[in-house]
Amino acid sequence: MAETRARPLSPHLQIYRPMLTMLMSIAHRVTGAALYFGTLLVAWWLIAAASEPNYYGAVQWFMGTVVGRLVLFGYTWALIHHMLGGVRHLIWDTGRGLGPAEREWLARANLFGSISLTMVLWIAGVLLVGGAGGR
Amino acid sequence: MSLRTPLGRVRGLGSARSGTRHFWHQRLTSVAGVPLSIFFVVLVVSLIGRNHAAAVQILGSPWIAILMLLFILTITYHMQIGMQEIIEDYAHGEVSKLVLLIANTFFSIAIGLASAFAILKISFGV
Repeated sequence: MAETRARPLSPHLQIYRPMLTMLMSIAHRVTGAALYFGTLLVAWWLIAAASEPNYYGAVQWFMGTVVGRLVLFGYTWALIHHMLGGVRHLIWDTGRGLGPAEREWLARANLFGSISLTMVLWIAGVLLVGGAGGR
Repeated sequence: MSLRTPLGRVRGLGSARSGTRHFWHQRLTSVAGVPLSIFFVVLVVSLIGRNHAAAVQILGSPWIAILMLLFILTITYHMQIGMQEIIEDYAHGEVSKLVLLIANTFFSIAIGLASAFAILKISFGV
């Protein structure tokens, strides 16, 4: 190797003032990584369903605890948020929605949409389907 | 001064030694993932609290099982590409990057295969 000289670096995260579009970009990556490990839960749940009722009952018990419910709620929110964030990216891929006002609107819609859709889904799940109630 | 053409030089290069295939497949799986994810969250919420027999009956019905297989195949491929992107961004050592890329592929395939096996087993009722 020849000489290595300290080169100027482009400013990184800590230099910039946090902005909603930046936070939603980070949230897209974080929810993606969380969903990656969340697939362990999906696989565990499916394997339990393919096993005997007692094992499935144990998984059901865990999902019914406060921690389990929070994990499930977090998983569904992350999935919906990542999905809406992905739709945003698909819109951008067509060259649309990149203006200052549009990208701000898309960032807000992403956050508002994911929270309200998750709420609606869970309320509908508890009230209409009644699944989240008893066994 | 090289005699190689510019096209010859860039072919097969890039951080992952491949071109736009990853980009395109990430978009392809994300388009497929939108309806499949909606299906999945609705299924999960409606199955919470149901006993084993009810869950097996619902998961084992052909349409649900087919959609679940499509969902699993789509997301495990999508997440393998996505995590590779994250690793390439943050893992700077060549060895650690290689180890993480291998682990990523193994993990994604293992999750996909285990889930697909479970769905098929439920569906075929063995």
